[in-house]
Amino acid sequence: MIALQQSAVATPASTWFSFLNRERTVARPGYTRWLIPPAALCIHLCIGQAYAFSVFNLPMTKLIGVTQATPADWSLTDLGWVFSLAIFFLGFSAALSGRWVEEGGPRRAMFTAALCWSGGFFLSAIGVYFHSLWLIYIGYGVLGGFGLGMGYISPVSTLIKWFPDRPGMATGMAIMGFGGGAFIASPLSVWLMSQLSTPTHIGVAEAFVVLGLTYLCFMMVGAVIVRVPPPGWVPAGYVAPTTSQPLVSTHDVFVYDALKTPQFWLIWCVLCLNVTAGIGVLGQASAMSQEMFPGKITAVAASGLVGLFSLFNMAGRFFWSSASDYIGRKTTYFVFFSLGATLYAVVPLADKIGSVALFVLCYALIFSMYGGGFATIPAYLRDMFGTRYVGAIHGMLLTAWSMAGIFGPVLVNYIREYNIAHGIAPAQAYNVTMYIMASLLVVGLICNAFVRPVSARFYMAPATDAVRASAAVGGRR
Amino acid sequence: MKRNRVKLVLAWGLVGIPLVWGVVETLVNAIKAFQ
Repeated sequence: MIALQQSAVATPASTWFSFLNRERTVARPGYTRWLIPPAALCIHLCIGQAYAFSVFNLPMTKLIGVTQATPADWSLTDLGWVFSLAIFFLGFSAALSGRWVEEGGPRRAMFTAALCWSGGFFLSAIGVYFHSLWLIYIGYGVLGGFGLGMGYISPVSTLIKWFPDRPGMATGMAIMGFGGGAFIASPLSVWLMSQLSTPTHIGVAEAFVVLGLTYLCFMMVGAVIVRVPPPGWVPAGYVAPTTSQPLVSTHDVFVYDALKTPQFWLIWCVLCLNVTAGIGVLGQASAMSQEMFPGKITAVAASGLVGLFSLFNMAGRFFWSSASDYIGRKTTYFVFFSLGATLYAVVPLADKIGSVALFVLCYALIFSMYGGGFATIPAYLRDMFGTRYVGAIHGMLLTAWSMAGIFGPVLVNYIREYNIAHGIAPAQAYNVTMYIMASLLVVGLICNAFVRPVSARFYMAPATDAVRASAAVGGRR
Repeated sequence: MKRNRVKLVLAWGLVGIPLVWGVVETLVNAIKAFQ
């Protein structure tokens, strides 16, 4: 009787949610794989808003005072934690939910990411309305951070499976969207606040609600159009390699077994060092350019430069990951680390000879490789560990990003303050930083050089695959 | 085939138009800043 009642209650919900199941997302004949990149971009363009969250910081310091901050208003330092929490929970949730995302399929992950991401905005709007910073920490920081992590990894393995011939280009396209999301969110947020504010009220809460609704709709479109390829599907004219190339495996490695391999940790260091070197100077690019070229680069020009560098960051994601399909992942990271270290070492020279053009050229290339580092990693993991659990392994690897997000800015700020405290002029204070960043990249170069094919003892056997898959399903029930 | 083409145009337009708009806005601001 109880079982019957449970069944009666569970059936409608399970029927409705079955739309999200992996089995329901298998593509029918005639489906074109070129619908997958826009599905992925629907997610990444939305969650890329995280990079533009700073546009809300200043208005949120004046929510009570409106025209100027009052003692009851929040400080910029307090608000800075919102972004930091979101990035921390991005890495945390990507690592935690990677296997669930991989086994449940992209639609369920995208749907959940959409609910978390938009829910984070709605909760933050309530937080702004009641002037509760903790609600914003929990809303945007924790709930939104979970949406970020799940959304970031959700389309990766699907893209790799649809584009076995061009995995770098496919994942690069999606991850480029994450960089591009800020370009849309930044002017859109400013415009929304200007439209929704009154002389006695700043329209941050209303802007959060509009953004939350917009992102919910956009991400749901991605969840609806995404499909997984039918078993055994390959693109027309593509012949899958039957034997493994030296650094491109045809075997799959189980997600937790991947953590036992030196390759995972070497690639973890590769990502962490590449991001640390880039993220530290990214946050300081405006102040750095003004202090290195006083009188030549004004505050307004510096903000334009930051926009320009962000464009290179976005374009690099597509360019370098696409190039990696031809030159190989290991060679691509070799270029990032060797060229990056050289460029960081050249920046002090640009300062010495007063060449703004050389400075801009160096940084444009550095930021293109910073973005390229993010975008090429999924294909590198696919080459090492196969396609079966690449999304989950990618999720685990994103903890390197969280770590770099903390270390990079701290390192740059600390070195600068230390130098200035020891009597070095602000213009030269960054030189030591540049040499340290170059050294970090040399360490990354060494880690990358040690990457070898994964030992055959970590490969999944077909029987193991079936047992683990059924155990995973049993575990979820 | 024709239905697929319509879907492709709609899907790429949905993501492409906002992205191009954002990039153009950024470029315009960058150029303004240099002027």
